[in-house]
Order: sequence, then structure tokens, then C-alpha cells
Amino acid sequence: MNSRMLEFWVGVFVLTGFAALLFLALKVGNLSFGATGDAYTVSANFSNIGSLKVRAPVRAAGVTVGRVTAIDYDSDRYQATVTMSVNARYRFPTDTSASILTSGVLGENYVGLDAGGEETMLEDGGQMSITQSAVVLEHIIGQFLYDKAQESAQ
Amino acid sequence: MFERAVDGISRSGALAIDAVRRTGAAAVFMMRVLTASGTSITRPALTLREIYFSGALSLVIIMVSGLFVGMVLGMQGYDTLETYGSEEKLGVLVALSLVRELGPVVAALLFASRAGSAITAEIGLMKATDQLVAMEMMAVDPVARVVAPRFWGAVFSMPLLAALFSALGIFGAYLVGVRLLGVDDGAFWSQMQAAVDFRQDIMNGVIKSIVFGIGIAAVATYEGFAAPPTAEGVSRATTRTVVHSSLLVLALDLVLTGFMMQIWG
Repeated sequence: MNSRMLEFWVGVFVLTGFAALLFLALKVGNLSFGATGDAYTVSANFSNIGSLKVRAPVRAAGVTVGRVTAIDYDSDRYQATVTMSVNARYRFPTDTSASILTSGVLGENYVGLDAGGEETMLEDGGQMSITQSAVVLEHIIGQFLYDKAQESAQ
Repeated sequence: MFERAVDGISRSGALAIDAVRRTGAAAVFMMRVLTASGTSITRPALTLREIYFSGALSLVIIMVSGLFVGMVLGMQGYDTLETYGSEEKLGVLVALSLVRELGPVVAALLFASRAGSAITAEIGLMKATDQLVAMEMMAVDPVARVVAPRFWGAVFSMPLLAALFSALGIFGAYLVGVRLLGVDDGAFWSQMQAAVDFRQDIMNGVIKSIVFGIGIAAVATYEGFAAPPTAEGVSRATTRTVVHSSLLVLALDLVLTGFMMQIWG
């Protein structure tokens, strides 16, 4: 085999290889978010996070605006501290409320943000004080049974 | 009775000593390859030829196997997910399993048997026919001229082949899932894009395939270079390359996955 043919086939190999990598990055991995490294960190305390995981999405009005970066237990307040990184393109007022929601019936937990009405915006390292915990199925069932028992007692 | 027990113990001792000796020799050999790697960069034609033999010639087998594996994953995944009424998660299932695990691992296993064995056989035969000695006589370092280009060619080819395997696999699952079984086109891709993270999933897959490439290339070149210069020696070395590098790939995968999933560490 002469060297021009060899170079041609190596070129074909390298180009298809990189094309595959590009396909994975753009079409499968949807690189647009996360590659833009500009993000700021905010945190919130919850009395119960349900089954929220690190890397779970942070959504505002259904749009993914960030990801949960760390989950920790605050032993002073006896609450869970959720740290999330939000894309710098999106700004939220300081009285934004955070709640733990579930996508679909069997879906994953995510953090939902509801913007408030304040003029000042959340900065890097800011904290959201209005939070709503995850809905725990056992609590709802317990409440339901308790209500039923009250009804039948009356 | 007593003699046989002693015999058994000393045989396992001999095996252990041999294993340690081979590991040490392989490490020393790796250092020789790394220090002699300059030639592979200053004479790119040498490395290019090896990329052709181990990479470009593996294209077809990798692409066809990737397509088939993806199609099978599509069928199996659809069958299971359908019972939960969540067929549109098929894209997520296929993409994550291919990009994280199957792409790097199966491509590496195929690469070990397709290209690793060829490298061992070639170097071993060169040794058996005294070509390596002849080079040394002409003051050409056989490690720099023969081994290092093959090593780097394999290391360079492996991540590209793994990416191709994953991409073709996802395309195969798309053909089966969307075209044949009627999963919604938009949901297939959008759910996949929401679940697959570039750094956590795709880059970790690439890192895995680079590590596998280094492992396979190291085993294949070492086995070829250390093969006894006989027909039987070369054939045994070739077999050992396939067995050892496949085991190495699976073991490395276990360790790397543990780190990447933060199970240990």
C-alpha cells in the first residue's frame, strides 16, 4: 500500500472518530448547557429533601436553569442544606422560593424555583429562605388515615 | 501425601514469583517504551502506519458490532420499558449504557482481539525471525522503531473507536426503537439529552477508553517483545495478549466505574 492511500484511510478513520465524538457531545449529551461555565451558587434549607440527588435539575417554570451540586445535613438546624449551581444567564429575586418536586408519578426529584417580587437579585453564595419540603407519601397516607378515623369517630 | 502438599505449595509459589517477575518486567518495559517515544513524534509516518493497522482496519468490525449491540439494546430495552409504559425512556437507557459502559468496554474487548493480538504476533514474529536483533546491530533501537509507534497508535485509536461504537449503537437503537417499534422521535432524543451529561457521562467514557487503550497496548507490545522466539512461543503470547488484556479491561472498568460513581474514594 502506498503512503497516500494509507494517509487517506487514516484520515477517514480519524475524521469519523471525531465526528462520532461530536455527535455524542452535541446530539446525545446536549453540550450547550454546562459548557458555558458561568454559574453562581445558591443554597436553601429543607426539612426533608425526599430522594433528591446530587446533579438533579433545578427548574424554574419548567426550564432547567441549573443543577444540584451538593447535599449536606446541617446539624445546627437539623435540616438538609441543598447547594445548587444556577446558570449565570438566569437571575432570581432574593425572595425566590425553592421547593422539592417530582417529575411525573415515578419520576426523579428536582428543585423548583418560584420567583418572588423583590428588587434585589440573588448573588453568588446567596440563600433562599422560603422553602417547601418534599412530599413524603407515608405522611400523606398517614394524614389520610388519621382524617378517616376522625370522620368515622364523629 | 506430605510430599504432594509441599509440591502444590511450591508450585503456587513459583506461579506467584513468575507473576511478580512478569509484572516487574512489563513495568520496566513500559518505561523503555515511554523514554523511546520521541521517535513516534519526530517520525509521524511510523505512528500513522500503526494507526492505520490498529485503528482504520478495525473500523468495520467496531461499527457493525456497535450497530448490532445498539439494536439489541433497543429491542430488549423496549420490551422491558413497555411494561411500565415508559418506552420514551429508551433513549436514556441505551445512551447511558452505551456511553458509560458498553461503548468503551466492548470496543476495548474487540480491539484487544482484533488489534492487540496482531501487534503481539507481529512483534513476536519479528523477534523470532531475528529482525529486532538485526535492528540493534544497525544501532536502531527496536523499542523506538517498532514498539513505541505501535503503542501510541493503539492508544490513539482506542477512544475514537469507542466513540464510534457508542454513536453507532445509539443510531442502531434509534432505528429499532423509533423507526421499527414506534417510540416517539422527539421524546427519544430529548429525554436522552436531558439525562446524559457531557462531563459526567461522555467524558468519563472517553477517559475509560483511553485507559483501556493504554492497558491493551501495554499488554500487547510487552507480550510480543517478551515472547519466546519460537512458533509456539509467539502463538502462546498472542493467546495471552487476548486473555490478559480482556481481563485487564474488565478489571480496570470495575475500578474506574467505582471511582466515577464515587462508590469508593
